[in-house]
Amino acid sequence: MTDNAGSSAAEQPQPRRPSRPRTAKPGPATAKPGPAAKPSAAKPSAAKPSAAKPTAAKPTAAKPTAARTATEATETEPALTERARRIRPQPVGVPLFEVDEMLDTERIVVCCGSGGVGKTTTAAALALRAAERGRSVVVLTIDPARRLAQSLGLTTLDNTPREVAGIDESAGGRLDAMMLDMKRTFDEIVLAHSSPERAQALLDNPFYQTLSSSFAGTQEYMAMEKLGQLDASDEWDLIVVDTPPTRSALDFLDAPTRLGTFLDGRLLRVLLAPAKAGGRAYAKVLGAGIGMFTRVLTKVLGAQLLTDLSVFVTALETMFGGFRARADQTYRLLGEQGTSFVVVAAPEAAALREASYFVDRLDADGMPLAGLVVNRTHHSDAGTLTAERSLAAAENLDEHGEHPLAAAVLRIHAERARLADREARLRERFTSAHPDTPLVEVEALAEDVHDLDGLREIGCALARVE
Amino acid sequence: MAVVVGPGTVERVSGRRGAGDDDPGDEVFVDDEGGPWERRLHIVTGKGGTGKTTVAGALAVALATGGRRVLLTEVEGRQQIAQLFDTPPLPYKERKVASAPGGGEVFALAIDADEALLEYLEMFYNLRSAGRVLGRLGAVDFATTVAPGVRDVLLTGKVKEAVNRPDGTRPGGLAYDAVVLDAPPTGRIARFLGVTAEVAGLAKVGPIRAQADSVMAVLRPDRAAVHLVTLLEEMPVQETVDGVTELTAAGLPIGGIIINMARSPLLKARESRQARRGELDREEIVAAVKEAGLEPTRELVESLVWETTQHADRVALEAAQRAEILALGRPVYEMPLEADGVDLGTVYRFAELLRAQQMVG
Repeated sequence: MTDNAGSSAAEQPQPRRPSRPRTAKPGPATAKPGPAAKPSAAKPSAAKPSAAKPTAAKPTAAKPTAARTATEATETEPALTERARRIRPQPVGVPLFEVDEMLDTERIVVCCGSGGVGKTTTAAALALRAAERGRSVVVLTIDPARRLAQSLGLTTLDNTPREVAGIDESAGGRLDAMMLDMKRTFDEIVLAHSSPERAQALLDNPFYQTLSSSFAGTQEYMAMEKLGQLDASDEWDLIVVDTPPTRSALDFLDAPTRLGTFLDGRLLRVLLAPAKAGGRAYAKVLGAGIGMFTRVLTKVLGAQLLTDLSVFVTALETMFGGFRARADQTYRLLGEQGTSFVVVAAPEAAALREASYFVDRLDADGMPLAGLVVNRTHHSDAGTLTAERSLAAAENLDEHGEHPLAAAVLRIHAERARLADREARLRERFTSAHPDTPLVEVEALAEDVHDLDGLREIGCALARVE
Repeated sequence: MAVVVGPGTVERVSGRRGAGDDDPGDEVFVDDEGGPWERRLHIVTGKGGTGKTTVAGALAVALATGGRRVLLTEVEGRQQIAQLFDTPPLPYKERKVASAPGGGEVFALAIDADEALLEYLEMFYNLRSAGRVLGRLGAVDFATTVAPGVRDVLLTGKVKEAVNRPDGTRPGGLAYDAVVLDAPPTGRIARFLGVTAEVAGLAKVGPIRAQADSVMAVLRPDRAAVHLVTLLEEMPVQETVDGVTELTAAGLPIGGIIINMARSPLLKARESRQARRGELDREEIVAAVKEAGLEPTRELVESLVWETTQHADRVALEAAQRAEILALGRPVYEMPLEADGVDLGTVYRFAELLRAQQMVG
C-alpha cells in the first residue's frame, strides 16, 4: 500500500485540487473512538511502579521512586511517575496548547522554528501520537538525526512514504514516514512535465544542478511541493510536515514565493528574451539602459555563464507554465482551514526571539497558528529549596567535610533551579508579548530520543497525559 | 529506549577512545597541526543552537588580547554580533565593538551580499551606478539567488579582502592581525567555503571565477582554520563528525573542536552509577534537605533524587558523546554551561578559557 501510494504520487506530482470539500473534516471524528482512545502504549505502571523493575538499560523509564521509601517521608502519597514529572504546571494566565485536539481534527500540521530546537523530533512525536489515536498519518521529515530516522524505518532517502513498523494500531490508525530528497523531488517535476530529451537537457544544465541542490529556497519549496503532492493524493487523514533547518524560521514562508517569483520574474524574462526574439525584446521590456545592463551582466558573470543561463531559463519556462501558480497554490493550502502551524522553540533567548517573529509573521499572513511548544525545558519540583539556600547548605557541608553526596545533590539542585528560573523568565517575556498564543512546555529528557518509545514519551508530554 | 547509554556502554565507548589514541592510522586529516592556532583567518562553524556566535566572539576577544586588532564578521544577515556585544545593528561598515585585555580591539562587520556586489562592481569596474540599475531589476537578487555559489563568493570575497587589506601604519603592514568569521552552520560550511568547485561549474572563466580562486588561496592550512562548535548531544556531534569528513574531503583546513555548554560532573563515578540505578542513599538526601533547613518531606526528597538521576544520566550521555568527539583526533576545547544564559560577560569568560586551554597563544 505504501509503495503504491508513493509511486502514484511520483507519477502525478502536480498538486491537483480534488473536489474534496476542505471544510468537512474527514475521518477522525468518526474514526476515532472518542477520548477513551488514549494510546494504549501508555505504560501500565502509571500509578505505582514496582520496585522490582529498575534495570540498568532503562534508567529513566521506571524509577523505583514510589516503592523506595524516603526515610522520613510519609507513605500516604506515591511519588510522581516519570511522566508526571515531565508535566509542568501551566503558567497562570497562559492558554494551554491542546495538542490532542489539533491531532484529532486537523489535516495538515506544519512544525516550524529555528534550527536545533527539536523540530523534527516534535513533528515525529506528533505524528506518532496522532496515528496511535486512530488517524492515518504521514510525516514528512527533512533532516532527521540518523538514529531517529532508523527508528522510523527511514533508512534510504527515496522520497517515498513507507509504513512505520512497531506502532500501536489498536485504535485503527497507521503511520507512514518519508524523508525529503529535494533534488529528486525537483527532478520528478521536470521529468513529469516534459519529453525525455528536454528533461535530460535540463537535468544536465549546470544551473539546474546548482538550483536543484543548493538554492537557498529549493529545500523549502520542495518541502511545500511534496506537501501539495501528499495532500492531493488524499491518502492520509493527517500530514505532519517538518520544515527545513533554515537560518531563520521566516525563510520558510518566503521561500515558495521567492522561487516562484524568481522563476517567473521580470529579470528572467529579460534574460530569456535573446533566446526567443534575437535580442530585440530587450528594448521592449526595459526601454533605455538595457545596453549597460547586458554589458554589466556579461562583465560580472562572463558570457559563457549567460549562455548557460539562457538555455536553462528557456528549458525551464517551456516546461513550467506557472511555476508561480504552483507556489501560490501551496501557499494558499497553508492558509486553509484544516491546516495548523506549530512553532517549536527551545527555552533560550535566541530561539524564543525567532519564535516571536514567527508568531507575528503567521498572524500577518493569516496563517493559522495552533500553538507554541517550548521544548526541552528544565523545571524543579523542589522549588521550596531555592538555588541560593541550596548552595549555601552545600558549602556548609563542604566546610565540615560531611555528607559529600548530600553536598553534590544540593549543587545539582541549585544548578537546575537557576536554569528553571531563567527559562521561566524567558518564557514570561514571550507570553507577555503574545498573551493569546497557546503554549505547552516539554521537559527535557536526559537522553536523546531515537526510538518510538522516546517519541511516545514526548507525545505524552505534549498532550500532558501520564 | 533500547539504545539508552548504560554504564556498560560508556565503558565501551571510552574503550574505543583509547583504541583511537593508540591507532593514529585513521589518515583522514590533511592538517595535522594542533593549537595554539596562529592563523590569519579563523572560521567558526557549528550546528544551529550550539552557540557558535558566542564562541566566535570569544575567539575574537582572545585573539585581540595583548594589543592586537581583530575583525569579527558575520554573513547571514542576522545581526547576531550586535546582539552579543549589546550594540545597535551593524551597518555594512567596520565598527569597533569591544576592547580586549592589554589594549586589544575587536571590530565587527556584518557582510551583506548585495552591498558586497555593489562594492565589487565599484572596485573593479567603477560601475556603482550600473549596480543601482541592476538592483532595480532585481539582478542582485538574481545573482545571489540563481547561483548561490556567486553569493558565497561575494561573501567570502569580502572576508578575503579584509584578511589581506594592507595598512602601512600598523606593525606587520596589515589592517587586521586576524579575522574571525562567524560562518554558516556545519551542514553548509563545506559548500560555503568550497565555492570554487561549484562556481567552476557555472563560471569557467571570468571575474567571478577569479574571485573564487583568490578566496581559495586564503583558505590554505597555514593561513586559515575552520573550527567546529558542538554540544555534547547526539545531533550536533553527528553533524560535527560529518562536517569534519566533508571539510577533509574538500581539502579545507580543520582547526579545533569547541565543546560548548558542557556540564561539569558533580557526582563521583560511584555515586553516578548508584543514581542511574535508582540506588541513591536516601539518608544522604535527607541530610542535604536538613542542612538547608527544610523539612525532608517525601516529595522534596524524591524530587531531589529525580534531579540527581537526571544529572547523572545527562553526564553519562555527555561522556559518550565526548568520546565520539575525541575519536576525531582534533584538539578539543571545552566551554561550560552558563546557567544564567549568555551575555557579554560570557564572551570575556570564554575568551579567558580559550587562552587558558591554549587554543590561542
